[in-house]
Amino acid sequence: MMLLSPVVALAVTVGVAAVLFAVLGKDPGRGLEALLIEPFSGLQRVTELGLKTTPLILCSVGLALCYRSNVWNIGAEGQFLFGAIGAGGLAMWVTMHGMAVSQWGFFPFVIVFGALAGAAWAAVPALLKDRFHANEILVSLMLVYVANLFLSWLMFGPWKDPKGWNFPQTVSFSADTTVPRIFSGYRLNWGFAVALLAAFLAWIFLFRTLRGLQLEVGGPAPAAARYAGFSARSALWTTMLTSGALCGVAGAFEAVGPMGQLTPHVSTGYGFTAIIVAFVGRLNPLGCVLGSVLLGIFLMGGEQAQYAVRTPAALSGVFQGVLLIALLACDTFIQYRLRWDRLRAAVPPEGAGA
Amino acid sequence: MHPPRLELRHVTKRFGAVVANDGVALTVEPGQIHAVLGENGAGKSTLMKIIYGAVHPDAGEMLWDGRPARIESPHQARELGIAMVFQHFSLFETLSVAENIWLGLSRRIPLPRVASDITSKALEYGLELDPARTVYTLSVGERQRVEIVRALLTNPRLLILDEPTSVLTPQAVEKLFATLRQLASTGCSILYISHKLDEIRSLCHRCTVLRAGRVAGVCDPTVETTATLSRLMIGADPPRLERRAPHPGAVALQVSGLSLPRIDRFGVALEEVSLEVREGEVVGIAGVSGNGQQELLAALSGEDPRAEATSIHLFGAAIGRNGVRARRRLGLHFVPEERLGRGAVPGLSLAHNLLLTRREAVRGPGWIDGRFLAGQARSIIDRFRVATPGPRTPARSLSGGNLQKYIVGREIDAVPRVLVVAQPTWGVDVGATAQIRSELVALRDAGCAVLVVSEDLDELFEITDRLYVIARGRLSPSVPTASATVEQMGEWMSGLWARPGASASGASA
Repeated sequence: MMLLSPVVALAVTVGVAAVLFAVLGKDPGRGLEALLIEPFSGLQRVTELGLKTTPLILCSVGLALCYRSNVWNIGAEGQFLFGAIGAGGLAMWVTMHGMAVSQWGFFPFVIVFGALAGAAWAAVPALLKDRFHANEILVSLMLVYVANLFLSWLMFGPWKDPKGWNFPQTVSFSADTTVPRIFSGYRLNWGFAVALLAAFLAWIFLFRTLRGLQLEVGGPAPAAARYAGFSARSALWTTMLTSGALCGVAGAFEAVGPMGQLTPHVSTGYGFTAIIVAFVGRLNPLGCVLGSVLLGIFLMGGEQAQYAVRTPAALSGVFQGVLLIALLACDTFIQYRLRWDRLRAAVPPEGAGA
Repeated sequence: MHPPRLELRHVTKRFGAVVANDGVALTVEPGQIHAVLGENGAGKSTLMKIIYGAVHPDAGEMLWDGRPARIESPHQARELGIAMVFQHFSLFETLSVAENIWLGLSRRIPLPRVASDITSKALEYGLELDPARTVYTLSVGERQRVEIVRALLTNPRLLILDEPTSVLTPQAVEKLFATLRQLASTGCSILYISHKLDEIRSLCHRCTVLRAGRVAGVCDPTVETTATLSRLMIGADPPRLERRAPHPGAVALQVSGLSLPRIDRFGVALEEVSLEVREGEVVGIAGVSGNGQQELLAALSGEDPRAEATSIHLFGAAIGRNGVRARRRLGLHFVPEERLGRGAVPGLSLAHNLLLTRREAVRGPGWIDGRFLAGQARSIIDRFRVATPGPRTPARSLSGGNLQKYIVGREIDAVPRVLVVAQPTWGVDVGATAQIRSELVALRDAGCAVLVVSEDLDELFEITDRLYVIARGRLSPSVPTASATVEQMGEWMSGLWARPGASASGASA
């Protein structure tokens, strides 16, 4: 039943989308075609979809680990930005010093620098929670804005391209530093394969190892975790650092991938979209892959719909929101039954006279 | 003459292929205390839920005060004057006692008045209850008190009680019985569900025995013997616990002068608790719930490692500050009172629940050998006769008794050197109870040191060799079970034991 919930939620969202197109005076059939079908028309679009899916997979898999163990990391976006800064900074340094690197030789450095920077940023809420019981939801969320401002400061200040006509961006990275592409002529890169591998490894970790089981016990049954002697601290650090690293790698692949430079707009909200993906994917790493594809379609289809039927750009965000709300509603209705008569029955009959 | 307060005729209820109630008839007179006796799974709970309107029968009719009645919902049942105290409590953990009870009442009564009603009603029936306390800080026994007071506040005409005495001291049971007799004398009918035969014989006027969903007999319990009732209920003679004299060996677990401040203002502080358990003996700790049992157990298991290192010794090693897993490695295993959520994770399979305390199926750096794990679970299921489809079944879908057998089995199967068990048979049926108790005694005979913390005195008298009593965070001296009496234990449960060298201070206010 709980696996069916995302399917029902998707159907509801498509229905709402059709109504929205109609209300906006657009042809719903054409709109839905642009939204759902066109992302699959042709290799060009499919590879672009893969490119959009990559950061979603990486971020959502990390978040799924967190949420399973009751660690509410909402700051994937900030960790994503720090990953971008870490790997982007390295690529910038290499480019500006004219160092000779090979694409495949540099690729591991992209991953490591992205992962370390993202994990470092995630370590802040983990440390504050561990040491001072600070709420990780608030801290990680607020650190997103700190990361954003830090990135802006770098772009407007020390890392600004001296020959960039004062635009807030770094130099364009040398082609040798960017993530190698899978097919020549298409932007899809090997980061996609890394994301799939990460999802698979996370699945193995969760369901085939004792450490994974320990994470899973701590979330729904903290008393059982204490009874078993599983450390809540270790779960906190493991999940926060892992998800920080995965989000960081996502940011690295974006900056040193299709962007090819750092700008203040390196992310288009992947870290937040990934929260929806994690729940659509039922907090299962493999489910997150499917969820990422779905949300990737929405992101791309939303853009397609802008061209095809001239809908507002905000529509894609609306669909994401509708999907999440529909999903949460489905989950609620699967677990609970709504009974109107209870409300009436709760009013005592003699109350009418009083 | 008055018509019967409640009459059921040919009531039948099926759940899929299972017939929970099959043509059941039941007649309860006004002012009668009527026992419904039967093993777990005999259909008692379903029948009570039908009367309470929570379950709708497939066939049969119901008469209330001689008139046909259809009870569609618990709300309607309450309007007729039916109140029920469930075995499993329906309380909101984060709300106070008064707020919980208030929720079930008409909103027009202000909360402070509900609180004062609770206090006066609790006082009237001798039940100790602070309306301001938050439910999550209450022990199982205290939660039950909330449910009983909640039911009494509605001034019921028929009160249904589902195994209400499991967690009361003998004196408190007597008090409750006095209450129930007093209630019955005012004309309120009482349906008393139990499998404790002597209680039924001393309290009830009439007894309907259920077996496998059918009425096995209706009798006057005051003239029946425990043996005849038991035969009606089980269809055979009750299982007997075989036990030999203990052969205590070296001291396995020693607690000396353990004092712990309470964690929150509703907790109980432990004061100078000292006890020892030797290899090859079963030691019991009696007491009414909420007197420090939870705190003592957490300190022993390592879930609360605040104790002085030297205040707890395990085979001579000071372990007061060791964690749960370190103690388990030394051979100390623990069965907690709460099965779901502490002893087992509800959503995990039985096999995976083994990994909470067992590591045999873990390979190398942490790989789970799924096949080995399933085999291990299977062997525990077989050995302890756990009724379940298999090792992949989630823990939450097992009945309380079955899950308890599995959890106790998991810890016994680990061949512990010291086993600490809390409430080993709470809510477990007669057959499983006998099995768990005999397994514990068998473990003792194999040389294990067993510590049983229970609120069920009968159980402690049956399986232990020595007894302590815990009251307000202090532990009594121990007495050999053979020379202990129910009256003495009952007094000690109120904290009234002569302390060595300070006989006058025993009753300090």
